Amino acid sequence: MIALLRRDLRLATRAGGGFGLGLVFFLIVVVLVPFGVGPQTAILSQIASGILWVAALLAALLSLDRIFALDHEDGALALLATAPIPLEMVGVAKAVAHWLTTGLPLSIAAPVLGVLLQLQPSAYVFVAATLFLGTPALSMIGTFGAALTVGIRRGGLLLSLLVLPLYVPTLIFGAEAVRRGAQGLDAVTPLLMLAGITAGSFALLPFATAAVLRINLR
Amino acid sequence: MSLWEYANPKRFMGWTAPVLPWVFGVAALFLVTGLVWGFFFTPDDYRQGSTVKIIYLHVPAAFMAINTWIMMLVASLIWLVRRQHVSALAAKAAAPIGLTMTLIALLTGAIWGQPMWGTYWAWDPRLTSFLILFLFYLGYMALWAAIDDPDTAADLTSVLCIVGSVFAVLSRYAVKFWNQGLHQGTSVPLATGGRTVSDVFFVPLAISSVGFILLFIALVLLRTRTEIRRRRVRALHMRESRR
Repeated sequence: MIALLRRDLRLATRAGGGFGLGLVFFLIVVVLVPFGVGPQTAILSQIASGILWVAALLAALLSLDRIFALDHEDGALALLATAPIPLEMVGVAKAVAHWLTTGLPLSIAAPVLGVLLQLQPSAYVFVAATLFLGTPALSMIGTFGAALTVGIRRGGLLLSLLVLPLYVPTLIFGAEAVRRGAQGLDAVTPLLMLAGITAGSFALLPFATAAVLRINLR
Repeated sequence: MSLWEYANPKRFMGWTAPVLPWVFGVAALFLVTGLVWGFFFTPDDYRQGSTVKIIYLHVPAAFMAINTWIMMLVASLIWLVRRQHVSALAAKAAAPIGLTMTLIALLTGAIWGQPMWGTYWAWDPRLTSFLILFLFYLGYMALWAAIDDPDTAADLTSVLCIVGSVFAVLSRYAVKFWNQGLHQGTSVPLATGGRTVSDVFFVPLAISSVGFILLFIALVLLRTRTEIRRRRVRALHMRESRR
């Protein structure tokens, strides 16, 4: 499993792997928003945390179809299915690799980009913390979606249609925690719910992921 | 003779053919009675005026929008456990009906909301969760449409339906937490029976709801029959092309 994780990380960081693309996409969305809503500082600082969360979500979505598609094309996925580690753990390894290459960099970059959006000073910690807690769930849910659509050619659009509704609870609790935290309110409940969604996703979705992979490899 | 015998495609086609016109007939009877009674023979509400009459469409449609998904969940589980093809096809057949019911609930709600709340749309928990449910139906149907092999499609959509159910419930609680409601609570709680709506409105509402349930059953049976026929045509085509 560690070997698989390292292989995926290497593939993602080498040329053509798409690492960094998500980050650049994140940056571009953040840059585009002020053009859309106008440069007024007050408005921007009010919507900054929400924009950062939505942009992070879209950036995570961008690289999902890579998780299984390439392995499926060259047959590596069929080999993984017969490998000694259970297919459930393959799903977990893929999700962790996806998070390390998108979610983790995003949660580090988000406070920096917050400067561009006039993020309130009190919100910086919360943006980083909620993204750190929430993006693993995005990766795991996305891995399930990727497994679901792996057999479909040009399934990228379908993948986003399937995955985005599943992202709703994570987004709500993540953005709500930032909003409450920035205003100095009690943010413990949404933070706990966010952590709960992440833990629950990693506990249950690997089984669903493995099940749909087996169906697709049949 | 077990209950599952009725789910054999051939037998299913056999018993649904004579039953279907009756279900449609009774559904039409209930719907016409409920709606005509509701629209023309009930008094206006003292505060809502005649807009109250949208309840005879809005409440049954919303009720069916949720229950269609639950029926799809049960049918998906039956498919995964017992491999009854009719069950998978019934889930597929129910999805567009659920989508339509969700749309009716959203639209009638918007039409009622404009004079009563002063707005067509508000980010209220109930409204938002229905919008999310709408997206779930769309995703489910898109996945069915995207896969060629029928058995793979049935398997994958079943898993999606189960995972989607968990997330739909989660979304429901998330949006409740996220925003305070504008939508009033139910005036017909089935669990406690503590009705706050007068019998004058309740009786036609109940008749109309029964009509909606029967209409749903009739449409699911009809659409499942269509799906079975489509499956047969597909099998014939395959046999032809192999020659």
